Amino acid sequence: MASPPTQPNPADAALVGPGETPTTVTARISALPLAHPHPRFWWIGFPIAFVGVLILCASIGWLFIRGIGVWGVDIPVAWGFAIVNFVWWIGIGHAGTLISAILLVLHQHWRTSINRFTEAMTLFAVACAALFPLLHLGRPQYFYWLLPYPDTMGLWPQWRSPLIWDVFAVSTYGIVSLLFWYVGLLPDLATLRDRALSRAKQRLYGLLSLGWRGDARHWRHYQKLYVLLAGLATPLVVSVHSIVGLDFAIAILPGWHSTIFPPYFVAGAIYSGFAMVLTLVIPLRAVYGLKSYITARHLDLMAKVLMATGWMVVYGYFSEFFAAWRTHDLFERYMMVNRLAGPYAPWFWLLLICNLGAVQILWIPTLRRNVIVLFIISLIVNVGMWLERFIIVVTSLHRDFLPSSWGMYRPTFWDWSTLLGTFGLFVALLFLFIRYLPAISMAEMRGLVTGKEGKG
Amino acid sequence: MSAALHGVAACFTTPDEFLAALEGVRTAGYDRVEANVPFAVEGMDELLPGPRTPMARIVLIAGLIGGGGAYFMQWFAARDYAYDVGSRPLHSWPAFVPVTFELTILTATIIGVLGLLWLAGLPRLDHPMFAAPGFERASQDRYFLCVRADDPQFNAADLAALFHTFKAELVAEVPA
Repeated sequence: MASPPTQPNPADAALVGPGETPTTVTARISALPLAHPHPRFWWIGFPIAFVGVLILCASIGWLFIRGIGVWGVDIPVAWGFAIVNFVWWIGIGHAGTLISAILLVLHQHWRTSINRFTEAMTLFAVACAALFPLLHLGRPQYFYWLLPYPDTMGLWPQWRSPLIWDVFAVSTYGIVSLLFWYVGLLPDLATLRDRALSRAKQRLYGLLSLGWRGDARHWRHYQKLYVLLAGLATPLVVSVHSIVGLDFAIAILPGWHSTIFPPYFVAGAIYSGFAMVLTLVIPLRAVYGLKSYITARHLDLMAKVLMATGWMVVYGYFSEFFAAWRTHDLFERYMMVNRLAGPYAPWFWLLLICNLGAVQILWIPTLRRNVIVLFIISLIVNVGMWLERFIIVVTSLHRDFLPSSWGMYRPTFWDWSTLLGTFGLFVALLFLFIRYLPAISMAEMRGLVTGKEGKG
Repeated sequence: MSAALHGVAACFTTPDEFLAALEGVRTAGYDRVEANVPFAVEGMDELLPGPRTPMARIVLIAGLIGGGGAYFMQWFAARDYAYDVGSRPLHSWPAFVPVTFELTILTATIIGVLGLLWLAGLPRLDHPMFAAPGFERASQDRYFLCVRADDPQFNAADLAALFHTFKAELVAEVPA
């Protein structure tokens, strides 16, 4: 579609604004943690987020005092918000790894200005996700029983259990994401050390940067390792959400027992993750004046990824319907009828409007390039993906094989407050991140603006 | 000239000048060359002496050990604490795949990062180069080149002259 000549097409636009040099890149990006511009935005946003953290602490405290009964979970729906929120948060994390690892391996340079930020998003989303299985254990003080440690009774974890797979998948994902992020930060921490004016900051960033001095031989090992870590993180992303999908698929419950689940979950994770990146990046670039690093082209490309992954998710819905229609399994067919017209049907139709309907607006280029429209759609997709996990977990559990054991699930106040609390934790961690660490990789941006970036 | 000298360092303002100077220094026969740059400059690696990075081998071996160990642990555990469900085999390998895969990646990553620190000699908070004038810009927008004093043909005056022919912004002797 041709654009009017006065409005340049973002698809042709440069990835970096005009007039950028290593000097300006370093000065502008390092000013965020060092000089802290726009303190009002931060000082209004951070306390609000911190209230969320307090709500989370209160919710967890009450849960530990009274037990899992404070949530709406019961038989037959023994997995409620805890698993919905877990799957949703861990999915959000995946876009971060996808942007930083898979796009690095594929030599997509547009990742450079958003990778650091999205990696931080991954870490914080994984932190929120990891809370839920632990809280859901009922006796969280015994979580270490899930680990293979030498106990006096000679017991081992049950290696055939999806719960154990989750423990290894999520903790591996968390540790690998943290190390990948930290290795990427090393050169930038050295820059902050060298630019910091106060002694305390020089010492802090000096310690964190481990004495990095940009030695050419360091770069040689560093670049190799960075690409290798990206190569390791790429299958890891796919595996983590595949394992989460497998947790459902190995159950014989109608609506869960489906081979499409692992890839369908991965597509959904990337979909919701990219939506969350847009939700976070659009206000960030406006407030901190980063529009020459996170350009209209970045937003355009992310919107296109959103459309593509949206259709993959829709393919998953289609395949579920098709399987239910073609199967002779009475229970599988009933599950689908129940989704369409049962007690949770309004949520299911809302989910279709969010995930299938709203994103189609992005086909129109002028709307796709409208930042406000894009922001609203990213929020809608986030809601839609949360609803999707809710529908998968609840509609399958609440009416399974025996009508005598059917029931309803109603989230309680503490279900909602825990979810709200994790929003607070996530946003508060992001505020701390943009306050104290460079939100854009300076070392990689220098390579990008000079066009002299070496390949790993 | 004092005996305790780390080397002679020069500072360049663009990656192209830096690469030209690096090539010049190498053609002049200097081997003990160090460079400190704000990002991995393309072409720098080929001009510098030294072995190729063993990083790939380290990560591969670590991954194999981690994955093998994880599989062995699950196989061993299934026998050590036998759990018979309807006579299903104890060695139920498909169920062991997720944990084996995750621990492969985890071990490879952790050992890879430790390997980087080991190969790069980090953490090391002090280094003679930090005393070079203007060195704080090596992590921002300047490209430093240093020929160490232990180079067989080291001569401070010759080097300073050579650096100046490549438009060095600044040439300085760095104390050890």
